[in-house]
Amino acid sequence: MYSEKVMEHFTTPRNVGEIKDADGIGEVGNAKCGDIMKIYLKIENDIIKDVKFKTFGCGAAIATSSIATELIKGKTVEEALKLTNKAVVEALDGLPPQKIHCSVLAEEAVKAAIEDYKKKHNK
Amino acid sequence: MNKRIYLDHSATTYTKPEVLEEMLPVFNEYFGNPSSIYSYGREAKRLVDKARDRVAKALNALPEEIFFTAGGSEADNWALRGVAYANKERGNHIITSKIEHHAILHTCQQLEKEGFKVTYLPVDKYGMVSLEDLKNSITDETILISIMYANNEIGTIQPIDEIGKIAKESKIYFHTDAVQAVGNIKIDVKEQNIDLLSLSAHKFYGPKGVGALYIKKGTRITNLITGGGQERGRRAGTENVPGIVGLGKAIELATENIDSYNEKLLKLRTKLINGIMERIPYTLVNGHPEKRLPGNANFCFKYIEGESLLLNLDMKGIAASSGSACTSGSLDPSHVLLAIGLPHEIAHGSLRLTLGEENTEEDIDYVLEVLPEIVQRLRDMSPLYEKVKGGNQ
Ligand SMILES: Cc1ncc(COP(=O)(O)O)c(C=O)c1O
Ligand SMILES: [Zn+2]
Repeated sequence: MYSEKVMEHFTTPRNVGEIKDADGIGEVGNAKCGDIMKIYLKIENDIIKDVKFKTFGCGAAIATSSIATELIKGKTVEEALKLTNKAVVEALDGLPPQKIHCSVLAEEAVKAAIEDYKKKHNK
Repeated sequence: MNKRIYLDHSATTYTKPEVLEEMLPVFNEYFGNPSSIYSYGREAKRLVDKARDRVAKALNALPEEIFFTAGGSEADNWALRGVAYANKERGNHIITSKIEHHAILHTCQQLEKEGFKVTYLPVDKYGMVSLEDLKNSITDETILISIMYANNEIGTIQPIDEIGKIAKESKIYFHTDAVQAVGNIKIDVKEQNIDLLSLSAHKFYGPKGVGALYIKKGTRITNLITGGGQERGRRAGTENVPGIVGLGKAIELATENIDSYNEKLLKLRTKLINGIMERIPYTLVNGHPEKRLPGNANFCFKYIEGESLLLNLDMKGIAASSGSACTSGSLDPSHVLLAIGLPHEIAHGSLRLTLGEENTEEDIDYVLEVLPEIVQRLRDMSPLYEKVKGGNQ
């Protein structure tokens, strides 16, 4: 039911882990609905230098977390804010309809982490 | 990957060669319609009758009390609707449990929309209904008690003998969904005061799409499938003769071998459960410690999610199932796991391994080798586990 791209990101997810001195951290979802995603950002001169994630969730949740980190790494904060759920799904060659809700977390987590960064750095 | 291990026998089983062997000639040699009067028809009719005798014998029922259906779901639908409609002037109340299969639950919900009242009995942490609760739920309006024999997810076996007694004393019909029990537990419908019982061939090494409803003689029940006069006018439709023949052979084999089958599965399951509990921390075993199906093992691994666990197991060639929301396509995890009191986040991390005929000690060793690594890998990725490690380990 999952595309090859999804399975590839699920089996070898990119950027798993934590950043100890992160400039922004975003955590979205809750255990009740079954998916939680946490993103750590390292930002220098408004550019996302490093990004790591941890996810509790299904195959789609893990794969979207992984691809979202790839899509924003090296981008400016403003560019990263434009990341949409649609772009994430497209980059994975699609998701089954009942799995779309798992993919919105990625967009939300990135936004939450950037917000955290802005708050911490008075931007 | 070349190794494949099937650990999902509660979902379905393969068809045994002896069963298939009896079925095959029915497709082309004995292909007659059992309703036809000429020899082709009579041959087919005889095969259906033989299967009916075998099913009756396995349950200690009379052959005329066995009605073939297109599987467990149809049998469940028929039992509930048939008894509800036929007895509605006696009362409109049905008692069932919160952990029934959807074939029962969704039918009950439909009957509620049609004006029937349904009590869904809660279960304890082992998945067991309380006989006190049952007795207290009975009213003058109660016409049917439907409690599953054994649960498909956590394997818990209900106190069927006692429920049968209570139903008999209260003069209320008793139906049991025995889809998971047949072939695993010895059943005697007379001794156990069961009025209606559902079964399905593909759970005991028979073919899919064929089952039966046992209806005790004299039970007031309407028809579900209307049309021709097959099954003594009670269930219309040209019989699935190959399937029925397969069901008959499968139930005969299953009842003959029930003791050795149980013993074998119990031994493997003990090894599996002990092995997993020794190797994987933060793990719960769901269901009753003793009163459970011999091949059923059900776990919750805290801090991880079931679907990603299943995908990882599949990559290692292991077929299993989970009650997580993301495997069901809904936002909620399994109603059974919630009914036994598990919080959502723990229920999401469930894994059901159900053993069967072809499993070996080596299969269990293999699971014990790969599962701990998979669970650890997913935990290392989980933001929930991070908190545990940092905090109160
Ligand atoms: C307890 C229980 N009841 C009913 C059914 C439905 O049976 P069938 O698939 O034959 O319709 C199943 C099968 O999953 C089951 O486990
Ligand atoms: Zn999901």
